[in-house]
Amino acid sequence: MRISSSIRAAGRLAIVLALAGSVLGIFAESADAQEGRRRRTGQDARPIELTPEQVTQITKVANDRRLNSDDLIAAAKTFMPSGRHDEYVLFSSGGQCGQVFAIGVPSMRLLRSIAVFTPESWQGYGFAGDADPVTESLKINGYPVLWGDTHHPALSETKGDYDGEFLFIGDKANARVAVIDLRDWETKQIVKNPLTISDHGAAFVTPNTDYVIEGGQYATVLGYGYAPPEDYKKSYRGMVTLWKFDRAKGRFDVPNSFALELPPYWQDLADAGKNASDGFFFINSFNVEMATGGVEKGNPPFEAGASKRDMDYLHIIDWKKAEAAFKAGKAKPINGFPVLMLDTLIADGILYFAPEPKSPHGVDVTPNGQFMVVAGKLDPHVTVYSIEKIKAAIASGKRAGSDEYGVPILDFDSVVETQVELGLGPLHTQFDDKGYAYTSLFLDSAVARWTLGGEYAKLNPEQPWKLVTKTPVHYNIGHLCAAEGDTVSPDGRFLVSMSKWSVDRFLPTGPLLPQNFQLIDIAATGTAMPVIYDSPIGVGEPHYAQMIKADKLKTWLVYPEIGWNPHTQKLDPNAPKKGDEGVTRQGNKVLVKMTAVRSHFFPEHVEVNEGDEVTWRITAIETAQDATHGFCIGGYNINLSLEPGEYTEFRFIADRPGTYPFYCTEFCSALHLEMMGYFHVKPKTPVAAAQAIAPGTDSR
Amino acid sequence: MSRLIQAIIGPRVPADELRSRPARYLTPTFMFMVARILLLVSVFFPYWHMELEAPQYPKGLYLTAYINHLSGDVREIDGLNHYIGMRPLGEAAKFERSVAVWAVIAMFLLVEGAAFVHTRWAVVLAIPAIAFPAGFLIDLYFWMRTFGLNLDPDAPLSSSVKPFVPTVLGEGGIGQFKTYADLGSGYWLAVAAAVLTIIGFIFHRRAYKPLFERMHREASAKGGAP
Ligand SMILES: [Cu+2]
Repeated sequence: MRISSSIRAAGRLAIVLALAGSVLGIFAESADAQEGRRRRTGQDARPIELTPEQVTQITKVANDRRLNSDDLIAAAKTFMPSGRHDEYVLFSSGGQCGQVFAIGVPSMRLLRSIAVFTPESWQGYGFAGDADPVTESLKINGYPVLWGDTHHPALSETKGDYDGEFLFIGDKANARVAVIDLRDWETKQIVKNPLTISDHGAAFVTPNTDYVIEGGQYATVLGYGYAPPEDYKKSYRGMVTLWKFDRAKGRFDVPNSFALELPPYWQDLADAGKNASDGFFFINSFNVEMATGGVEKGNPPFEAGASKRDMDYLHIIDWKKAEAAFKAGKAKPINGFPVLMLDTLIADGILYFAPEPKSPHGVDVTPNGQFMVVAGKLDPHVTVYSIEKIKAAIASGKRAGSDEYGVPILDFDSVVETQVELGLGPLHTQFDDKGYAYTSLFLDSAVARWTLGGEYAKLNPEQPWKLVTKTPVHYNIGHLCAAEGDTVSPDGRFLVSMSKWSVDRFLPTGPLLPQNFQLIDIAATGTAMPVIYDSPIGVGEPHYAQMIKADKLKTWLVYPEIGWNPHTQKLDPNAPKKGDEGVTRQGNKVLVKMTAVRSHFFPEHVEVNEGDEVTWRITAIETAQDATHGFCIGGYNINLSLEPGEYTEFRFIADRPGTYPFYCTEFCSALHLEMMGYFHVKPKTPVAAAQAIAPGTDSR
Repeated sequence: MSRLIQAIIGPRVPADELRSRPARYLTPTFMFMVARILLLVSVFFPYWHMELEAPQYPKGLYLTAYINHLSGDVREIDGLNHYIGMRPLGEAAKFERSVAVWAVIAMFLLVEGAAFVHTRWAVVLAIPAIAFPAGFLIDLYFWMRTFGLNLDPDAPLSSSVKPFVPTVLGEGGIGQFKTYADLGSGYWLAVAAAVLTIIGFIFHRRAYKPLFERMHREASAKGGAP
């Protein structure tokens, strides 16, 4: 009896122990992460107090380098000790270089570039043989277009705030929009607009990234059609495209995307409404004169003809109604792409115009969504529109008239809240957390700080709707970018002036000079707004940038699994694993399965016959951060970046006989130079062999 | 047969004796129980750590040994070890790791058994649990030594790194790496289990020796062998 009771007791104990064990097992997980970790000496971040000797030393350095006390303070605000990370990342367009730059703020250090519309060899972008998915994605109607003009980056948003998941960027030259995944900072998709050759108003996102807005610019015949300039009014059209974004897939949902036909005015930048103006977006336009230029025929040039009238049209678009019309099947296909035509836009109350001072550039929505700020460019004012007034004007049915295409025009005075005189050449506006707006003044070469009204008036001591101060910049500022300055909750603190000319700011670099990104400290109120850093950008002419708090980014340090295919963002079943490398042949098709690890490729010899179709698969079986390899075959235009865990497949015809060393193009390890192998292409005939080794002879 | 069993497991505690002096008899039982639990729980905790420090690994590399598996930067450490020709860590102590959990369960049951045995034989049952922590260390040292002294002579860096015995505890070094090794919480749980078992035996002896002697006296009074 005692024994049976102790068996029962033991049974109970076992259950208790099993439970306790599983609880402790969870504990142990964290114990594993913490235990045995030695404390590392980090940056000494304790408050400092300068000794008299140190003050003397600093003063001497300052005087030797001819720095004044403002310079010293600016240096202290921007200097990053080794190993300290920047607080913000500025994602900047790269202009004609077709890339995106990521720059740390406040240090203004270039962190890296992201290849988008232009092949870039470091990232192995567009150098993976024939049928490279990158090269394919860069083709337009079957023809390779190997550059882009990146203008406006747009971070994905959730409820109007950056969520750090994706970055979109438009290519003005070729009307393309790209998706960059911010987990691995690589371009995942490029869509070519089927309606227009070039654009300008891309990319801007709706508050939850339902759609990415691509506004056009120079009117053409939609769908790449032809018509002589005499038929401009009849045949040329503007457009705006709404690319549906599938966040789960990280790709545009092209079948659910559509466009709106617009009059052949030159649509410019866009901005999506938010909060009070959610459901709308706004586009500026110029050349409502519909000038067709022809200076060579004695006509006024575009620069004059397109600036004749005093007013252009702010386009007010109700995208939720547009979406409903598209879903109701009201779109007509042009070049296979659904387009809501002007008559539908007018009948369904999707499109309204409001007059705006001529040739404006930016339209920027305030964080609360109540006001739209239109910068005059050729007018010294910014014009502020009220969404409440716009909604009331639309509802009232009162119209100031309609344009040649029947689009209703709202009465200027009934939709404008105010105008604020800032200076010459106002272009773009950003916002901070203290009720200030910042507008770039191109001609004045200055950044204007001015006060907003409404609920913002109580956030600062100044009167609402007034210019507060101007900070000179160097020179010819285009866009400007404040920290999260176009979201529903701007951070203030930093602003970057994207100055187009640098003239004398840096050492001369030949006749082609870098742009100048100037960091401005906007943390204080009132007139204090100093430039604290100049940063030359010698890789292209950036346009717009967005600045996101670095801790919002969920960047991968290495690929999640070994054998990861960045094109599909999945583990690839074709990725060679360690132990299953080799070279196999079927007829004239050769399959190479290779792994790369410090410091060797496996296999190291690959032998094929001249003319073989080669499919080459490489997996970087590394898991350590920064253990990146490259892989190049000189003479075959192949170079890959093999980041830890990454899998790449490339194909080519081995049509150049000879012995080609392949090697790792990243200095990955002490035995990096030894990380190589030979690609042997056996010639069909001995003659070809002789030619192959003769220098300067093309064996083909 | 039953006499042999009785000779091994010793006298039972009379019910009135247990009622009058419960602490005396329950203390060793309780201590053995705690020891058993600690030993079992230690399976979930690391027994040994090594950290490798080098300039290009600012966060360090970590190796953590549980009694039945290795965790941490095993892959990276193996990758580095190939330069000096050291065999992959996964090939070390394969047998020990495969049976470790069963061995602990066996030790658990033996100590449980020891609580029911009221003679010196109880010590025999508990010997594996008491010796276990020392055995772990000896085995660890054996494998480190075997691996360190049997480097592949054809490895890339074999001309610059000679066979060596890695430091099992404390600070060591190899190439640009400094190593720091120490014992983990699991190991200390096992040590605590062993110590508790030993202390338990002091109370065990105090409780059951008088009973055992009385049983003997009664047996000899009856004229039978014990
Ligand atoms: Cu390498």
